[in-house]
Amino acid sequence: MSIITVNSVTKHYANHTALDKVSIDVPEQSIFGLLGPNGAGKTTLIRIVNQIIGPDEGEIMFMGEKLRQEHVSLIGYLPEERGLYKKMNVGEQALYLAQLKGVPRHEATKRLKVWFEKFEIQSWWNRKVEELSKGMQQKVQFIVTVIHEPRLLIFDEPFSGFDPINVNLLKEEIFEIRKNGGTVIFSTHNMASVEELCDHIALINRSRKILDGSVKAIKNTYKANLFEVEYVSVPDDLAGFLPPGFTLENTSHNEGLSNARIKLPVGASPNVLLGCLMPHLTIHAMNEIIPSMNEIFITTVNGENPEVSENL
Amino acid sequence: MQKIFLIIKREYLTRVKKRSFLVMTILGPLLMAALFIVPVYLATRTDEEKVVDVVDETGWFIHKFENNDNYKFVPLYTDLETAKETLKSSKDHALLYIPLTQVTVPSSAILYSDGQPSINLKSYITGVMTREIENQKLAAEIKKEIQRRNPGYKSNESEETLISETILKNIKSTITLTTIKIEEGGKEAKSYTELSMAVGLFGSIMIYFFIFMFGAQVMRGVIEEKTSRIIEVIVSSVKPFQLMMGKILGIALVGLTQFLLWVLFTAAIVTVVQSAFPEKFKQNNTEQGFAPGSQMMPATQTEKKDQATAAENPSNEIFEAIHSINYGAMIGAFIFFFIGGYLLYAALFAAIGSAVDSEADTQQFMLPVTIPLIFSIVMAQYVINNPDGPLSFWLSIIPLTSPVIMMIRIPFGVPIGDLALSAGLLIAGFLGTTWLAARIYRTGILMYGKKVSYRELAKWLFYRS
Repeated sequence: MSIITVNSVTKHYANHTALDKVSIDVPEQSIFGLLGPNGAGKTTLIRIVNQIIGPDEGEIMFMGEKLRQEHVSLIGYLPEERGLYKKMNVGEQALYLAQLKGVPRHEATKRLKVWFEKFEIQSWWNRKVEELSKGMQQKVQFIVTVIHEPRLLIFDEPFSGFDPINVNLLKEEIFEIRKNGGTVIFSTHNMASVEELCDHIALINRSRKILDGSVKAIKNTYKANLFEVEYVSVPDDLAGFLPPGFTLENTSHNEGLSNARIKLPVGASPNVLLGCLMPHLTIHAMNEIIPSMNEIFITTVNGENPEVSENL
Repeated sequence: MQKIFLIIKREYLTRVKKRSFLVMTILGPLLMAALFIVPVYLATRTDEEKVVDVVDETGWFIHKFENNDNYKFVPLYTDLETAKETLKSSKDHALLYIPLTQVTVPSSAILYSDGQPSINLKSYITGVMTREIENQKLAAEIKKEIQRRNPGYKSNESEETLISETILKNIKSTITLTTIKIEEGGKEAKSYTELSMAVGLFGSIMIYFFIFMFGAQVMRGVIEEKTSRIIEVIVSSVKPFQLMMGKILGIALVGLTQFLLWVLFTAAIVTVVQSAFPEKFKQNNTEQGFAPGSQMMPATQTEKKDQATAAENPSNEIFEAIHSINYGAMIGAFIFFFIGGYLLYAALFAAIGSAVDSEADTQQFMLPVTIPLIFSIVMAQYVINNPDGPLSFWLSIIPLTSPVIMMIRIPFGVPIGDLALSAGLLIAGFLGTTWLAARIYRTGILMYGKKVSYRELAKWLFYRS
């Protein structure tokens, strides 16, 4: 069951196309990463899902229905450009934003008390936002994003500008939301957080989606059947011991130990490699080299537009 | 709908709670009260006795005017032309001419003067004339009533029992007093009662200031939302149009609140000053002729009531004169053009705010919006001199200038057709600028770090939302 389905959405601006027939499908109760270089069209897509702007073509289904204005109360959005009214009291402001999302005032007060206690910020209720530190403001910002208990949360670059403590807090909350049945979409450049958090991703480059699927499946597609073997150094060249079809990519030596990267032919088992090497070498370790999301990101994007590769 | 109400509430409360609102609320009335009190003070200060000649063709009023410290009324039994010559050759201050009307009771008079006759004099004359006419009418009505009821009417029955509401309504009269200035060369130039003129001008200046003050507040509010980066958080909950309208309407309510408080405080201050220095506002003898509220009263009661009011509640003619203006129409027009003008401009100010990143960048867009406003206030003097000229007409019809100019024209009498056209166009103009502004606004609020040109704005108009 998918919570949101974007169907071949296109959006043009005066002199460029921000999205070109992009389709994505976000499964319910998952953490979905929306990846892509700057200017790829991620924010445009997120704004369309939030109904801040409308698509030129295509449609969006939310929980099986065509996306409508009433759905905003089921979606929480933390934009990349975010902030609060500086001259307003924290509590009053949080109440206002909760009410704008359709939470009745008394209910919002109750929920806010719980959150303020959880983040230990009760004493700020009557303080003005401008009196708070940046980190404190971020906590308030997070609370107002989730206060209406949305089914779908959208974070645009959530970790930018957050200090490490708040980043951890945010990560914990993201897992918590998924545990409680919510779905999180987040757009980011931070590939480490993608590996850590995401179940699914979609990669957008130059207004088009170029890759999507579950993180595991994508990694499997991108692994090159490459294995790394660590062994006690021997004077001989390793290539001589390899069976036909196996190629030695490189070797490195370090204080008596050597590392070799060996590419296996398609369908070959790593056991065959082990069997060939064992008579000649003392093997310390062997593991498959799985590409990181970062590598996948760079390879895929560079494959699309080689001229920007120097910049990455 | 509920969301727009929430936005209005926030915009209203955050502003009304500000200290600057409180300061303005207190300072405004002090200035306005000064505007009322100073001219009263000056107008009531007359050093010498002035002679007013009276030519009364009707013969109703000629002996009704009583002399006082400032004015001496001299009846002349000549025709108008001779009287004018007398006025010009003598040092007499003014000539009151009451023409004979064949069909109806007299309802108008002309005051010729070489200078600007004071408001005191004019309101005294109209007061005396009104009262006299009403007395005459009342006598006639009572006679009719007696005949109708009973031919064998007993005279011991008090007159008061005969007076009905209908009669009171029937006898209510108004006097139009036209002032004509006789210039050196003997030419006659019509001058209008400067008080209604002043009220019109005052209204138009108020509208001008309110549009600027509260229009700028709308703009600053939009810029604040952009620079604090809260805008995108909010437009994920409400439509940009709702946010814009909520802000405009919320600030409109702030303006109306402020205005209402000003009126109340000004009235309070004026009342306090009046009772603290009654002698400044008291015109020595004239009260015996009429007092506020006496116009509706039958003659017998008026006499008694007058003595009472004169003793207890010293009134003064300038306030009488202020009361004599057609306030219903003025206030109605003021509120309409005030709100209409504000809404028209506030939408444009909101659009400007959305297109820039900081207040410093607003200059290039402010100019075309403020020019029509400044132009209309500059043209105010011209419109006062030629209230019916073609330029005045067009300025009072075109929505961008009509809120300011129409207020000036109204005291001079504006055809109902002109008024309806102007009001209709103002509403259309407001809808037009709001439509325009909404299209710029929805794109502008999400735009950062980009210097926007007019060409860019034009493109935004045609984006699909």
